[in-house]
Amino acid sequence: MSKALLYDATLCIGCKQCESACAEANQLPYDDKIAAETQQSEKKFTVVLSKNDKFMRRLCMNCEDPACASVCPVAALRKTPEGPVIYEASRCMGCRYCMVACPFGVPKYEWGALNPKVQKCTMCGNNGRVLAGRPTACSEACPTGATKFGERDELIAEAKKRIADNPSNYVPHIYGLEEVGGTSVLLLSSVAFSDFGYPQNLPEDRLPLRTYKVLSRIPDFVPLGGIMLGGVWWITHRREEVAAAEGKTGAGKEHK
Amino acid sequence: MKFKLTFWRVIFIVTILLGIYSTYVRFFHGLGASTNLSDQFPWGVWIGFDVLCGVMLAAGGFTLTAAVHILNIKRWKPIVRPTILTAFLGYVLVCIALMFDLGRPYNIWHPLIMRNPHSVMFEVAYCVMLYTTVLALEFSPIVLERFKLEKPIKIIRAVLIPLVILGVILSTLHQSSLGTLYLIMPTKLHGFWYSPLLPVFFFISAICVGLAMTIFESTMSSKHFGRELELPILKELGRVLMIALSVYGVLRLEDLYHRGMVGAMFKPGYEMYLFWVEALLSVILPLVFFTQKKVRTTAGGLYLVAVMVVLGFITNRLNVSLTGMETAAGLHYIPKWTEFAITATIIAAGFFLFAMAVKYLPIFPEHEPPKSEALPTPPVFAKATAMSHAND
Ligand code: SF4
Ligand code: SF4
Ligand code: SF4
Repeated sequence: MSKALLYDATLCIGCKQCESACAEANQLPYDDKIAAETQQSEKKFTVVLSKNDKFMRRLCMNCEDPACASVCPVAALRKTPEGPVIYEASRCMGCRYCMVACPFGVPKYEWGALNPKVQKCTMCGNNGRVLAGRPTACSEACPTGATKFGERDELIAEAKKRIADNPSNYVPHIYGLEEVGGTSVLLLSSVAFSDFGYPQNLPEDRLPLRTYKVLSRIPDFVPLGGIMLGGVWWITHRREEVAAAEGKTGAGKEHK
Repeated sequence: MKFKLTFWRVIFIVTILLGIYSTYVRFFHGLGASTNLSDQFPWGVWIGFDVLCGVMLAAGGFTLTAAVHILNIKRWKPIVRPTILTAFLGYVLVCIALMFDLGRPYNIWHPLIMRNPHSVMFEVAYCVMLYTTVLALEFSPIVLERFKLEKPIKIIRAVLIPLVILGVILSTLHQSSLGTLYLIMPTKLHGFWYSPLLPVFFFISAICVGLAMTIFESTMSSKHFGRELELPILKELGRVLMIALSVYGVLRLEDLYHRGMVGAMFKPGYEMYLFWVEALLSVILPLVFFTQKKVRTTAGGLYLVAVMVVLGFITNRLNVSLTGMETAAGLHYIPKWTEFAITATIIAAGFFLFAMAVKYLPIFPEHEPPKSEALPTPPVFAKATAMSHAND
């Protein structure tokens, strides 16, 4: 079954344990300077943001039908049945379409490297944890349970219950439940998600369908186009053959 | 032989030198050092101009071969060769430009064995690869003629029609697919340009640019290579261009109207200005100018309109790929000088290769060595030349 992360901002104390655990699990450098950075980057897969004593995590949403994986020409990005959207650097050509396509602006690039990789949180899919049945490093490190790992269905039920039990504590929205067809990271918050840069205008349809609708017509288009063009050619050249034949027998008249 | 330094030659040499240095920066210090791209803005001028515009500017190839070989408009035959040459050079240069932009260019062949048929980029990659091959084959008789290799010419002529049909299909697919690339970004691309009809717009505008480029090229080469101008052909091309532009203009307007963007067209702002630059250059001015007989029937007038259309659609591609993405990214992207230098070098290389090809290959009919008359030309071709002379 598909796993997910539930992050409840109201339980978060901003300790950034998740950040350092993530760095360790993915062998990324981590120190005070990096801890102070508030942007996801090629060396920081998740950030804990704070504003007026409120906190919010940002990380790859590991979408159910990810735009990044759908656009990648060589399938270097892939949604696994377990939930994580993983990345295989050896396939990647570095076209960066995944970065342009991701509605959350997640994938980051190693701009300084000569052999650059796309970098993002893979829901601990690339470091093997989740695919081996273990929880993500960030959820394991979280001292308050603000980041929780589990079955997506169960986490959705729990998120709904938390909002129902304590409606004054939350904005009535589970971010990630329906955005772009659903994600494997679910968020709860007491303030608007847009305050922390989460896009508000996302459609609920799966983005890959928009391009796939067009792409899936191609297999019909090719033979039909071929027949049509061939047909036009046949018609436009028919007159000539007739003229040539008439010319040979001497029966036809010059029509010039 | 003495080499004289003219103004353009100096520009050319300086461009190439800067280009060589920028190439060094790109491949020895990486994309970060050679571009102003960032995590917020991962696609810049190399994709926006070199690839999107490059493919569009090469669209004359399929437009003209379709007209001449499939619709059987033989009068246009004399300009097919230079157009195929431009298309072929265009695609080769696009592939070279891609080598600069890709973070891991040595993996460029990966789509051959690692497939993701859900990806538009995958489809574009295949079409471009196949179409470049088709263009190379369509172009090859010109080279073979030069070396009088008659056997292979015969083979290629025999499969010419299927080859042309394949070329038209591949072009249709990937010209429109370059628009489809952006369909997955409904929240990122500005409403002036994001439309479910993007693939259609990209396709029709490619036809417009194909025609305009053909007019542009013929005029330029008549100037620089001292050949006679095929004015009657250009006039006809001009008319077809106007019809295509009108169709495009009406569709764009209807689309903007249905998506409720008409109000935004008059709200001053960065995107609005660039939208109007595009609209004026690509559709409005050319159509207005073309109501004048002086423009319709003179080489100068047609040239002017062609240049406007080309510039207008370059603006369109840059708007889609750069302008329209900036608000969502929250920044203004201005390319680094090294990005410009490489783009300029690629353009310069294009001009240079075109000139060389014209000099050494039988691109223009009258440059053909007289012996080539003895080649086994099918009656269709012989007639075509006769007719084009009859029209002069
Ligand atoms: S958030 Fe972006 S990078 Fe992450 S899975 Fe979704 S589309 Fe891909
Ligand atoms: S940059 Fe790599 S992972 Fe991203 S779409 Fe291109 S090939 Fe796929
Ligand atoms: S799921 Fe794993 S990779 Fe993603 S933020 Fe948490 S620890 Fe990092």
